[in-house]
Amino acid sequence: MTDSKQVLGPDDVRRAVTRMAHEIIERNHGLEGVALIGLQRGGVWLAESLGVEIARIDHEIPVGSIDASLYRDDIGLRPVSPASVSEVNFAIDGSTVVLVDDVLYTGRTVKAALDAITDYGRPAAVQLAVLVDRGHRELPIRPDYVGKNLPTSATEEVVATVDGVVIS
Amino acid sequence: MKHFRSIDEAGPQAIRRLLDLADHMAEVNRRPNPKVPALRGKTVCNVFFEDSTRTRLSFETAAKRLSADTMNFAVSSSSVNKGESLRDTIETIAAMGVDAFVIRHKSSGVPWQVAQWTDASVINAGDGWHSHPTQALLDCYTIRTSLGRSESFEGLRIAIVGDIKHSRVARSDVRAFTMLGADVTLVAPRTLLPPVTDVPVVTTLDDIIEDLDVIYLLRMQHERMTESLVPSLREYTTRFGLTAERAARLPEHALIMHPGPMNRGVEMAVDPSELPGSVITQQVTNGIAVRMAVLFDLLGSGSNLEENE
Repeated sequence: MTDSKQVLGPDDVRRAVTRMAHEIIERNHGLEGVALIGLQRGGVWLAESLGVEIARIDHEIPVGSIDASLYRDDIGLRPVSPASVSEVNFAIDGSTVVLVDDVLYTGRTVKAALDAITDYGRPAAVQLAVLVDRGHRELPIRPDYVGKNLPTSATEEVVATVDGVVIS
Repeated sequence: MKHFRSIDEAGPQAIRRLLDLADHMAEVNRRPNPKVPALRGKTVCNVFFEDSTRTRLSFETAAKRLSADTMNFAVSSSSVNKGESLRDTIETIAAMGVDAFVIRHKSSGVPWQVAQWTDASVINAGDGWHSHPTQALLDCYTIRTSLGRSESFEGLRIAIVGDIKHSRVARSDVRAFTMLGADVTLVAPRTLLPPVTDVPVVTTLDDIIEDLDVIYLLRMQHERMTESLVPSLREYTTRFGLTAERAARLPEHALIMHPGPMNRGVEMAVDPSELPGSVITQQVTNGIAVRMAVLFDLLGSGSNLEENE
């Protein structure tokens, strides 16, 4: 825990967000039907930053957030405390949902989020954007947009905020 | 938390946690598909030794929306009528594999007794005159959402009107409302007040009605008249019922609440659907959300693991 290392600084995070915003627009040939959904808690700030950046480059798109804690596969195995209430104030049916999270690790949170999204409607496609991919996947899930690939060991902890990425 | 049997046993921290959690459950309930997989594989058994349709249905709906399996134990068609003891009944059902019992019983304290006979969680759905904590929780949640009081009830003036003495709802509400900081006043004829209480009491509703943020009407049971605790229901209505004249004297923002089932023409002498402050249907809707919160907290949140560590 004493050995913490800053991997990305605030400027690196800002540049990564800008690049990912461009990639999202490029991959979807524009922004027709595209919406961002941040995963509570860590993905919400990133979804909002991407939303601001995308609005600056092109135009504003819907940004929501979901809490997937009621969909987790480890309920009862470890303490769960839902964060903020989910906010999806737009129609999911037929849209392209970009799920946004700060750190991609085992993939289980993303799996829970995919299940949660299904309960709001049937998107035409779901894509995944993460600031950090730290490896160690336990499910067949891969991100579409990555800020930084960061090889880690399972004992390390990765914290990604607007101020940077710290590994400890 | 292992059991949810009374407001005091749960304590302020858990009450606030459950109210926060109910926000999440209410969001689930607003969706086109109001169901989450959170309690898959868990079994909840409703054991109601006293008639109740709304509370039982509310618990059953709550469990189903969390994907738990439900069992209903109907006392009228059970071995209880063949003389089986409460303990044998509970142990038999527990042997079938139950994660939570939801219990209503005419005797106070039964949920504590039952908890000694099973490893399952016990939720009190009403025991005698003693306690009805999920009702208090849904009442708090309704006040909190309707008046925008998510932090505390500090300074809120709430009157509970009616048969306080025989009411487990009143007892639990007083504990929960005061725990969150509200100023609670009891309003009833002397014969329907408990002998000892630590909150202010008045015997004339008209004295305080203009200063209320919430008026909570209790069901006036007809038996109280045969027991000569009130001279007549008409007299009760004249002094304690919510009439059109009294409703007009309530502050504009004041909430009108009732735990149901209502006696129209007795404590509710006006059509509540014509009162803008009536949140009686919201109480019923919110009942599902808070019961989901309780079930998830006991069976799914892993808070037991924390306590064991």
